[in-house]
Amino acid sequence: MEFLIQQILAGLAAGGIYASLGLALVMIYRATHLINFAQGEMATFSTYIALKLIRAGLPYWAAFVVTVIVSFALGVTIERVIVRPVERAPHLTVVIVLVGIMIVFNSMSGWLFGTTLEMFPSPFASSALLENRLISPHAAGSIIVVFAVLGVVHAFFRYTPIGLAMRAAAQNETSSRLAGIRVGWMLALGWGLAAAIGSVAGMMVAPTVYLDPNMMAGILLYAFAGALLGGIESPMGAVLGGFIVGVAENLIGTYVIGPELKLSAALILIIGILIVRPAGLFGVTYAVKV
Amino acid sequence: MGAASRGLVSRYTQISNINIVFASLVALSACVLPSILSDYWIFQCTMVMVYSIALLGLNLLTGYNGQISLGHGAFYAIGAYATAILAERMGVPYVVAIIFSAGICLVVGYLFGLPALRLEGLYLALATFALALAVPQLLRYKGIEDWTGGSGGLLVTKPAPPTWVNLDSDRWLYFVTLGFLIIAFLAVRNLLIGPMGRAIVAIRDNPLAAEALGVDAARTKSVTFGISACLAGLAGSLGALAVQYVAPDTFSLSLSLTFLIGIVVGGLASISGAIFGAIFVEFLPDIADQLSKSASAAIYGAVLIAIAYSMPTGVAGALAGLRRWRRK
Repeated sequence: MEFLIQQILAGLAAGGIYASLGLALVMIYRATHLINFAQGEMATFSTYIALKLIRAGLPYWAAFVVTVIVSFALGVTIERVIVRPVERAPHLTVVIVLVGIMIVFNSMSGWLFGTTLEMFPSPFASSALLENRLISPHAAGSIIVVFAVLGVVHAFFRYTPIGLAMRAAAQNETSSRLAGIRVGWMLALGWGLAAAIGSVAGMMVAPTVYLDPNMMAGILLYAFAGALLGGIESPMGAVLGGFIVGVAENLIGTYVIGPELKLSAALILIIGILIVRPAGLFGVTYAVKV
Repeated sequence: MGAASRGLVSRYTQISNINIVFASLVALSACVLPSILSDYWIFQCTMVMVYSIALLGLNLLTGYNGQISLGHGAFYAIGAYATAILAERMGVPYVVAIIFSAGICLVVGYLFGLPALRLEGLYLALATFALALAVPQLLRYKGIEDWTGGSGGLLVTKPAPPTWVNLDSDRWLYFVTLGFLIIAFLAVRNLLIGPMGRAIVAIRDNPLAAEALGVDAARTKSVTFGISACLAGLAGSLGALAVQYVAPDTFSLSLSLTFLIGIVVGGLASISGAIFGAIFVEFLPDIADQLSKSASAAIYGAVLIAIAYSMPTGVAGALAGLRRWRRK
């Protein structure tokens, strides 16, 4: 029984990472209706920045904050400079550009920071407060961080004027423009937020999986599965989906198929959701008028 | 993607007599080359032809039919492994192994295309992206290690040339690949100028109008997916023979992305673009490596973005534009 609880808690810790990366995907999907294939590589790149800052002597939490801010700026820049010109282009053009961004970030990580596996420090490793026999301190700490991020994001959208403007811009572009909202900047903000949230996911997962330029590839797949399960338009859904996928992945991996086929399980889950219920558990199905 | 797809792909590729003459000349020179090239260059040229077949398949699906696949490396891998297992483990004659491998991919591709039908645009890209990520792990799976060799992969022997030809095995494989390449190109060309080809392009340009005109979109899309996967599998099969080795890590996501880069650079919805794209993906890494060891992938990515902005019809499109311009 204790083993089962340990597995569930470990699943929740992993699920928290999928949830936050999934939330980043939802940010971009809601803002620009794109599925950001580059999200994982962007998060990896941010994590390398954090590692550099920590190695340079910054305290962990200072490096954390600086990384989040830099990632935010990077996300906004990418939207304004690279994605904006193709926002209304056919899907194929958009996919090509996103794949291009993904390749550039992946190789920049290797180029600037090296391709060897790196240890990444955990701020919770020596925390006596989180010490217990069911879950590692880092896993417990990362669940807390993920919930803090979710709280901040929720409060931002719910209680701030900019959050309201962003929701409006995502829902109805024309009316938002008429109401004086700078829709273009709202989309860029969405990318910035996504990059910032992704950087947190990267920094939280790096201590458990080690840091290398391809760190996020598998994790991104689970984040996709989680976001699709909850509904790629719904932030709450994506978060819940991420946690469900995390727990399910751990339980199925432990008790049913073993860890070697986990990615195939994610593939089947993704295709299954897309076919059976493309809007996800909490998404809204739209009728397209022709 | 509807009518908006015009931004990236040419309306319809004209296949004129001049192109046939040009193609024959290329084929003829391809037959003469082996007698003057070194072994190293023979291998490079064989790989260019292998990639050409794979790119032709992906271009049929993505360029002509508008279905975006980020996972064609998976079908290439299946073809490669099928050939390695059939020829090495089971002692099946090479020709049978190659054809059978392509056949397996035809079936797998068709079956994958059935559910994929309901996915459009970005969602299909996502599903195939997941496929590309899952396949290397699947190939490493312990349960099928006896067949696939696990993480270590399998060694493959080059087919020995038959006694009636006076060639070494490198050059024999070169000609075998050339033969399959010509068959593949003729088959795709004939497919595209026929009713099926019109249906394929019509579905890309306006799926609703195509269905209203009686095109069976579901069937056409899944058959196209099957043919496309079949070509990728054929390429994988020939590639495994040329490289003489298959392993899970050589079929990672980056292989699938390389194919996408190839058709974008070569030219979407262009048959000859497959060759230009193959030359690019085979030789650019070498050239880029000389500039900077780790920058080569960054150059790939930057080229990809730049082409999506500036030269949406790729090298083939630029050449066609040049020809039109000179005729004026």
